[in-house]
Amino acid sequence: MPVKEIFNNPNSRWMDDDGPETGVIISSRVRVARNLKDLPFPHLLDQEKSENVVSTVTPAFQNEETFREDRFEFFRISELSPVERQILVDKHLISPDLLNKLEGKAVVLREDGVVSVMLNEEDHLRIQCLLPGLKLERAWEIVEKVDNGLEKTLDYAYSEKFGYLTACPTNTGTGMRASVMVHLCGLVLTRQLNNMLNAVHKLGLTVRGLYGEGTEALGDLFQISNQITLGQSEGEIIANLNSIARQILAQERSARTVLFKEKKEMIMDRAWRAFGILKNARVMTSEEVMRLISDLRLGVDLGILPAMPLKLLNELMVMTRPAFLTQLAARDMEPHQRDIFRAELVRNGLSGLDGLAG
Amino acid sequence: MLCERCQQRPANVHLTEITNGQKNESNLCEVCAREMHLQGLSFNFLPQMSLQNFLAGLLKHDPGIGQAAHADVAGKSCEKCGLMERQFVKQGLLGCGHCYKSFEERLEPLLRRIHGSSKHSGKVPERAGGPLRQAREIESLKNQLREAIKLEEFERAVEIRDRIRELEKDMKQGGKQPDAGQGNI
Repeated sequence: MPVKEIFNNPNSRWMDDDGPETGVIISSRVRVARNLKDLPFPHLLDQEKSENVVSTVTPAFQNEETFREDRFEFFRISELSPVERQILVDKHLISPDLLNKLEGKAVVLREDGVVSVMLNEEDHLRIQCLLPGLKLERAWEIVEKVDNGLEKTLDYAYSEKFGYLTACPTNTGTGMRASVMVHLCGLVLTRQLNNMLNAVHKLGLTVRGLYGEGTEALGDLFQISNQITLGQSEGEIIANLNSIARQILAQERSARTVLFKEKKEMIMDRAWRAFGILKNARVMTSEEVMRLISDLRLGVDLGILPAMPLKLLNELMVMTRPAFLTQLAARDMEPHQRDIFRAELVRNGLSGLDGLAG
Repeated sequence: MLCERCQQRPANVHLTEITNGQKNESNLCEVCAREMHLQGLSFNFLPQMSLQNFLAGLLKHDPGIGQAAHADVAGKSCEKCGLMERQFVKQGLLGCGHCYKSFEERLEPLLRRIHGSSKHSGKVPERAGGPLRQAREIESLKNQLREAIKLEEFERAVEIRDRIRELEKDMKQGGKQPDAGQGNI
């Protein structure tokens, strides 16, 4: 698909359900922060100088053969519509922070959304890879390939002692943030989430809501990521997060099994109720959809509901957010109109599935 | 009920604010509610705790990190980008790569506090880190050499020794780009 399709097609590669453990671990992400030597960090750059960053980095993409085999496209954030910008955030291809000030901000996207490189966010470059399921090593391999390709022509700010130098000292060293997006409805329902969060914090990881810092956990979705970037190698960071993600996966699985055993009626009712509402409701808010999709996921995972592709549920989560709805409707809508349109979209999405399996 | 503010759209946000025991109710539409929220009306219950604010706080109040340099906080600045130490303390963001040198004394304890370490042990970039890459490889080969001798694998030890000599010669000649075949360490 042409890269421009990113704004019209709800799918991104990370939403596919062919990754390992997608029943609980929706996606894996690795990003690294890089800065150009001899240029102040983005927050000190005026418009002209931030353009310098853009004009220095873009040729590096063209020179390198790594980038020629895959289709990459360059977008200036200021040239995208507000709706398109928000779609990139909703699809997790850029961070909300990239939209704070638009001057000099840009993103280079691979057509399937697996790789995105933000320019002039907090650092000159933020290279990200996003894959479905638990695939952190692979994501790091892909990031490293892009990083090495860019470093062939770009001079990075690097010191032997502190590693890759970043605007915020919390990223210095590897500049790496690795994270997994997990669906922890079992731990939420069995009220074990706090225990898990405490344990994870003690192991030096952070847990955040769906859209990063300061956002709430919609639909029982959480992001778990490393905090430490200095003194550990990239491999150690990935291995550490990987093993903790597996622990959480095991805990979530056992919580789901217990729920199904001991609260079978309650869980079945929840799943079927969510299915019924999503298939029939006429007015729905974004929050309601997220909440019900969480119940639906659990119902599908436990075999209560008819099998449906998790890919469809992931796409619905993004499609039903205000930005994508506006894009699909091709007009601005009042919140109430959006709620009606959203319900229609969900009904259509689930229309092929019938409820006779139970 | 219509929105009190615009008198046009239906009011579906009902806000009750209690300030110093004074109760204040307003009925707004979503559009107005959002606009008023943007103007800073208390809608969000928790102030956004950003990492940078947190860091700035750490720099200001932590005795181990803050105080030593507190007296001359205003004075120092980075000679490359001009960032004042005071700006860094306020925002928690450095100005350029050189700031890490300019404020090294102050940064070291901070980095140790954040990461539990102040020494990078991860990736070395191929070009920027050329000589360092070789130095690290030599270091790792020396370890392997010790290991091989301990295990009495003398043939392997000789191979490793030759490889070290080769690398050391390269380094003395200086400036030679490491070839792609050299493995990552």
